[in-house]
Amino acid sequence: MSAPPGAFAKALAGLDVAGLAAAGLRADEAAVTAVLATARAGRRLGLADLAVLLSPAATGRLEELAGLARETTLRRFGRAVRLFAPLYVSNACLSSCTYCGFAKGLPVVRRTLSVDETEAEARLLAERGFRHVLLVSGEHRVEVSADYLVAVVERLSPLFPAISIETQTWSDDTYARLVAAGLVGAVHYQETYDRDRYSEVHVAGWKRDFDRRLSSFERAGDAGVRRLGLGVLLGLAVDWRADVLALAAHTTFLSRRFWRTEVTAALPRIRPNAAGFPPVVVVDDAEFVQAHAALRLYEPDLDLSLSTREPVAMRDGLVRIAVTTMSAGSSTEPGGYGTPGNAQEQFSISDERPPAAVATMLVEAGYDPVWKDAFPLVSL
Amino acid sequence: MTAPGLAPAGLGDEPLRVGGQAFTSRLMVGTGKFGSHAVMRDSLVASGAEIVTVALRRVDLARVGEGDVLDFVPSGVTLLPNTSGAVTAEEAHRLARLGRAATGSQLVKLEVTPDPRTLAPDPVETLRAAELLVADGFTVLPYCPADPVLARRLEEAGCATVMPLGSWIGSNRGLRTRDALEVIIETAGVPVVVDAGLGVPSDAAEAMEIGASAVLVNTAIAVARDPVAMARAFALATVAGRLGYLAGRGVVGTPTVAEASSPLTGFLSSQPEGFSASSRPEGIAP
Repeated sequence: MSAPPGAFAKALAGLDVAGLAAAGLRADEAAVTAVLATARAGRRLGLADLAVLLSPAATGRLEELAGLARETTLRRFGRAVRLFAPLYVSNACLSSCTYCGFAKGLPVVRRTLSVDETEAEARLLAERGFRHVLLVSGEHRVEVSADYLVAVVERLSPLFPAISIETQTWSDDTYARLVAAGLVGAVHYQETYDRDRYSEVHVAGWKRDFDRRLSSFERAGDAGVRRLGLGVLLGLAVDWRADVLALAAHTTFLSRRFWRTEVTAALPRIRPNAAGFPPVVVVDDAEFVQAHAALRLYEPDLDLSLSTREPVAMRDGLVRIAVTTMSAGSSTEPGGYGTPGNAQEQFSISDERPPAAVATMLVEAGYDPVWKDAFPLVSL
Repeated sequence: MTAPGLAPAGLGDEPLRVGGQAFTSRLMVGTGKFGSHAVMRDSLVASGAEIVTVALRRVDLARVGEGDVLDFVPSGVTLLPNTSGAVTAEEAHRLARLGRAATGSQLVKLEVTPDPRTLAPDPVETLRAAELLVADGFTVLPYCPADPVLARRLEEAGCATVMPLGSWIGSNRGLRTRDALEVIIETAGVPVVVDAGLGVPSDAAEAMEIGASAVLVNTAIAVARDPVAMARAFALATVAGRLGYLAGRGVVGTPTVAEASSPLTGFLSSQPEGFSASSRPEGIAP
């Protein structure tokens, strides 16, 4: 049975993001100049403006766009860049997503960490300096149950003032239990906002329900989750610009509805993995930078996160333009920090520098690596 | 040359008094958004600030002594822990207690800013938190909206200062709330510290000129091309504004129209046939 559409699903139905993206593609130099002038004057941009900034005409103005994005980022976030680490607790999965290395049925080595094993991994990350950890898992309602996840969050909350999850979506009362245990953030990438494409790549399982996933932030926000993490997987849908526009609309929607909540977004590009899924469109490096810079101008307050799946040069470049949160020294394999080589990783990472080296890069670039940016929300 | 932060003697300036302590500098500085802890430290020194605020959510007690932000606060300054990140009164209270346990100080800069976009202070939760903190023995310096009534309520709750915003925090937009600040300054019985939004040194001077007791600056210094030079500029501007306030502004004439040299009512005695009490024609009621 599928979930009923949530409030944002209704708003999205009233938005023609494909039409906006198509109109943006026709933008000329003058249109780009006008939108850049609007941003420079500190006025809000609309979705049509964002579409112009995502256009090929704006690709030709990338240096100017990046410069404006950099100024905006510095004004709003200063020289602080937050660091976090993913902690993969399980690669067990009951969903069949054609692009994912954890998909059900793939002949990969599966592992779910016990609560004790998770704590052992977490202690290694704490020793490396991390104070924000993102718990990641496949979608397996038995191996990664609500009770299991609550137990993990409770166990880790004395070690980490900020704990986020990137797991299956949950019901309201599970989010509330997680918040009570010490959860700060929830990350649920929609992957693509195109319903047809979504159903093509999400073949079976819990994640196949587009509306259940899309409305998850409305449940999480109502339950008091403080940071909501959105994302689209670039390379999944041909019209990547429409996906970025829909994501932008989603950030605006969530910012208004949950005004106490921080919204964070990511634009991962498909990486090689066990699924061997070829991207249907290549978002090249210039377009990738352009998308980040454009989002920064559209939503100056948006936290933009960049993972180690991108190579060193891209990570070091984007942090000077728009990115405000980074992972570092990541392993995408359950148990991969303390006991690597015993399970399948989700995807291969590109930036293999240890966390301290990423911090050093930031310092040399004039940025302050922020390891701790939260305090325990629950009494210890 | 007088160190920045020291108002020159001769105009009879009083020290700034907060929570039973006296301070010569009227510029307070924050520690966020700097590119490095070293630049932050040098900027704090250049500012001459005697009160420095630090976000407790950024402090990692496990790392003090190993490069934590607290290790870069110059010795001798008064540390003002702040509750940045708190969304409710209870969270601010819990954070303040963590800060007190860590620093041993009763001083706390109260910040309750539930909206992560504007970081606008929540007036309701700020007042509730102030009441909780004062009852728990804290010396409370609340960051607050520029609202004259709220400022009085915070004062009544026992706060040591009020810290109304000049404009949105981090916006560098200057004294957008000037009209309200003037009323707050006129009516306050505690020091008024203009906190947030001061973008350039002249904004600090303006706040001091209208009678603020002190200013708090962070972003404008941290994101300047040369933060250390900007810190010194703010120090000088704060002193200049204070001096200007103490010196007393001359009365400003409204329009630049020439004043008549003869009496304005001189015409009354020069009217040959005008009305007067003695010449009132009969039949006209007085």
